[in-house]
Amino acid sequence: MSETGTALGQVALLAALLVLTVPFLGRGLAATYSPGGRHLGAERVAYRVLRVDPDADQHWRSYVGAVLGFSLVGVLALYALGRLQQHLPYSLGFPALPADGAWNTAVSFVTNTNWQWYSGEAATGHLYQATGLAVQNFLSAAVGMAVAAAFVRGLARRRTGEGDGAGRVGNFWADLVRTTVRVLLPMALLLAVVLAVLGVVQNLHDPQAVTTLTGGQQSIAGGPVASQEAIKQLGTNGGGFYNANSAHPFENPGPISNLLATYAMLVIPFALAWAFGIMAGDRRQGGAVLAVMAVLFATSVALLTWAEMAGPGQAPQLAGGAMEGKEQRFGLAATALWAATTTGTSTGAVNGMHDSLTAPGGGIAMFNMMLGEVIPGGVGSGLYGMLVLAVVTVFISGLMVGRTPEYLGKRIGQREIVLVAGYVLTTPTLVLVGGALALTTADGLAGLQASGPHGLSEAVYAVASASNNNGSAFAGLTSGTPFWNSLLGTCMLLGRFVPIVLVLALAGRFARQGVRPPSSGTLPTHRPLFVVLLAGVTLVLVGLTYVPVLALGPIAESLS
Amino acid sequence: MLQDLYSLARYALAGLRVLVALTLLLGVLYPLAVLGFAQAAVPWRADGSLLTATGGHTTDPGDAVGSALLGQLVDDPTLFQPRPSAAGDGYDPLSSYGSNLGPDDPRLVDLVRERQAEVAEREGVAVAQVPPDAVTASGSGLDPAISPAYAALQVPRVARENGLGEDEVRDLVAEHTTGRALGTLGEPAVDVLELNIAVRAAAGQ
Repeated sequence: MSETGTALGQVALLAALLVLTVPFLGRGLAATYSPGGRHLGAERVAYRVLRVDPDADQHWRSYVGAVLGFSLVGVLALYALGRLQQHLPYSLGFPALPADGAWNTAVSFVTNTNWQWYSGEAATGHLYQATGLAVQNFLSAAVGMAVAAAFVRGLARRRTGEGDGAGRVGNFWADLVRTTVRVLLPMALLLAVVLAVLGVVQNLHDPQAVTTLTGGQQSIAGGPVASQEAIKQLGTNGGGFYNANSAHPFENPGPISNLLATYAMLVIPFALAWAFGIMAGDRRQGGAVLAVMAVLFATSVALLTWAEMAGPGQAPQLAGGAMEGKEQRFGLAATALWAATTTGTSTGAVNGMHDSLTAPGGGIAMFNMMLGEVIPGGVGSGLYGMLVLAVVTVFISGLMVGRTPEYLGKRIGQREIVLVAGYVLTTPTLVLVGGALALTTADGLAGLQASGPHGLSEAVYAVASASNNNGSAFAGLTSGTPFWNSLLGTCMLLGRFVPIVLVLALAGRFARQGVRPPSSGTLPTHRPLFVVLLAGVTLVLVGLTYVPVLALGPIAESLS
Repeated sequence: MLQDLYSLARYALAGLRVLVALTLLLGVLYPLAVLGFAQAAVPWRADGSLLTATGGHTTDPGDAVGSALLGQLVDDPTLFQPRPSAAGDGYDPLSSYGSNLGPDDPRLVDLVRERQAEVAEREGVAVAQVPPDAVTASGSGLDPAISPAYAALQVPRVARENGLGEDEVRDLVAEHTTGRALGTLGEPAVDVLELNIAVRAAAGQ
């Protein structure tokens, strides 16, 4: 088979897996978040012990409070675990993480970013990884999905009443526990078992010394990797057990584990779009959103694959192929597919080094993140991000024809559009202000490995990655300094929670409204026309915001 | 304001109870369940796919010469050489990584040129015949495999140095080559450690 043929073959396999499973999982998710569903026996016991009322329908403000309170505790607990590492069992003799580093990592994993300034096998013990990092891999994913569920409820509900009953969007604790127990844990368990069979390690060893075939010494690192790898991919987290992340053979031993890990990043985000259609009472609405995600994602896969297989640039041309930073068992096409997936989904795991991608390839990866992580985005955040863009689209379309814009029968008035504008502007502000800070201070510049356009790309990629809660890196950047840890930690925190608060406020406003019947002036939001409009708005928003910085970075590099 | 802070504290307290309970489930029970399964069902793989000097499976590092999944430095001119590695001083599993050099970085261009000259001289071929994986460092720095093209390039030298026929060595390479999974996934790859173990066995060492 030709090179292009095999590249298409792997995409066809991935697409088939997704088509077969997304509707099924989507139905399951919709049932999980439907109001009045029954509690499982274990859940009921848990709620009683934890003294939370899972049936209380929370006002959006209470929902926000619960999200923030829970996340705050998560950050503090993870910070404490990192600072106390030397006293923990299975710490492999590693010392405590430094204060700025422990804070950065705590924020990073609680915000579902999984930016890593440290090298896993050289800084973190098994207990910190399993009870700290892996737990937040589950919980940060569950928080994102809970917020998405609350937002969809706000859109789908009819007038939750005036006064005290207004603006109710569901119960955070029930959403959190159900997402974890019914969705993430069973899926992770299944994937972890399959990965272990494929060769991903699962042990509690200290590094083991072996004498190599030619008499050298090699220290082989172990760890509970399969269990962590599964949720790292499924929860679009991306924080590697080892420094090399999914390029490491112990995390990703071969082409089959590689395909499954790629699939795992995509399945929940796409299924949530499907679930949205069911919850909104009109599957076509979910289909339209899913179509936009799929079309933009497929385009980025095609472009990135083309870039890596063409291999522009001096070093790839000289070597005969862009294999720097790539593994032989995956090759160019599987690495390109992964790079598009990990940046399109806010995962940030890598199976090859993004800093060594070709200039156009690295540019597309950066562009995917700048889209705001919506093709199909992180678990939860991808769906609510795309729905906010849908609101922008009906608003713009409404202005063009002079009608009052509405989405799913909900009117988009002044208050609503202010919240939407705040959402859309948050991450670009963080990226551009953060990038400017990095490039105008000595501490910021000190971290860059490259100079010229590639150096600019390293810095902008880092702040874009942090602000959009992706976590992948142009890893030539030395980011483990107090300056970079603090800057990126702040970007991650604001980039996660400011949009969440705005989205939940919007959910509250929508929940309060009744549903207007569609009129002749209503823009149908399930037709191909809307798909095109939404894709256009997504691209134009990013384009207008980021073209200058992209021109100075990857575009200048591609043209030089 | 005070009211808000009070509410946040209340939510944080509820959050703490939930976090502790879920940490027991997700951070202790879940990894232990996977550990129990993996150690019972696939102990060799769970412990890192370690190989003995004769190519047998072992879980005892004292008996092992390395992992089938991890590349290692080959300090022996009679054996197949792995790809260049940016992990520590080369193939150090305690500092897995790539070079992270950009495609137009002059340092990378120089490295590629040096490696091409080195490989061409070692194998006695023209620079143009050296395949890309022979002159580039992998993402992990622990790549266990080389391309069939790079293996083929090394066959004449390995055969000569070990007193073996070229066809015999070519057969060993074919035996240790994994094709694309399901015909379309990944790239064909030759596991260097497994191949070198087989070469040693064939040479009667």
